[in-house]
Amino acid sequence: MSALGQHAAFILGSYGAAVLVIGGLTAWILADHRARKAELAALDARRAPESP
Amino acid sequence: MPSITALANPTRFMAYSAKLLPWLGGAAAILFAIGFYGAFFAAPADYQQGQTIRIMYVHVPAAWLGMFFYTLMTASAVGALVWRHPLAEVAQKAAAPIGAAFTLVCLLTGALWGRPMWGAYWVWDARLTSMLVLLLIYLAIMALWRTIDEPTQAGRVVSILTLVGFVNIPIIKFSVDWWNTLHQPASVFRMDGPTIHPSMLWPLLVCALAFSLFAIWLHLMAMRTEVMRRRIRTLTILAADRADRAPSALEGLAR
Repeated sequence: MSALGQHAAFILGSYGAAVLVIGGLTAWILADHRARKAELAALDARRAPESP
Repeated sequence: MPSITALANPTRFMAYSAKLLPWLGGAAAILFAIGFYGAFFAAPADYQQGQTIRIMYVHVPAAWLGMFFYTLMTASAVGALVWRHPLAEVAQKAAAPIGAAFTLVCLLTGALWGRPMWGAYWVWDARLTSMLVLLLIYLAIMALWRTIDEPTQAGRVVSILTLVGFVNIPIIKFSVDWWNTLHQPASVFRMDGPTIHPSMLWPLLVCALAFSLFAIWLHLMAMRTEVMRRRIRTLTILAADRADRAPSALEGLAR
């Protein structure tokens, strides 16, 4: 903290905000990807017995 | 090496992007480590701005990516409107939240940099205001995607809004030249070369490359999810259609 001087809170706050926003976006994209993958797998499994 | 038209096929896109994703993620992680080491330990403090210059290594790449993803959305909008290519619509839709997130990071880090340097978190300066307008356009586009259920119809409406909104990108870029602003003028992409000292420039460029590769990784992941979402929609409609036709066929047999 002291190495960053009197404005350390602003510097660390900037990096914290970036981690929160981009981390949140990454988590949302990964969760959406997993959910759609599972949904598609369930649909394909349901369709498999129907096909000749 | 596959051509761009071959890659524009959704099935091929899914196969190639699956191979590319781990390399992109790995390269981004290595570049983040090098870039942040440079930003915090190799680059000196600025003679005027002191240690707050460290904010530049996240603020500037976020600003570039906010504008880059809007430009990418505009190119995809042309692809969707002129060639009606479904993958162009997919790329356009997947880019919006990523561009919005980087624009938000740019605004937040800019406010936290502005307070100690300008004495204010926010001023209605041309650069800051045009960047806020970019965030509002992104949010409007994301809302519009959710408003219209049919993806192709939504894609056409969003494409028109995206093309109209592109006028804001040159305004952001040249706002510091056209108006008297508190924000400093361009110091990297200039006709007469960068004005930043090389000891600060190299960590900035490495951080920008790291953020760019990570953003492309996010975009490819979001595009893959959108391709799956459209396949789920098609399969669900086909299943509902089959279920609708089944009772009428039975009625026909009974007669």
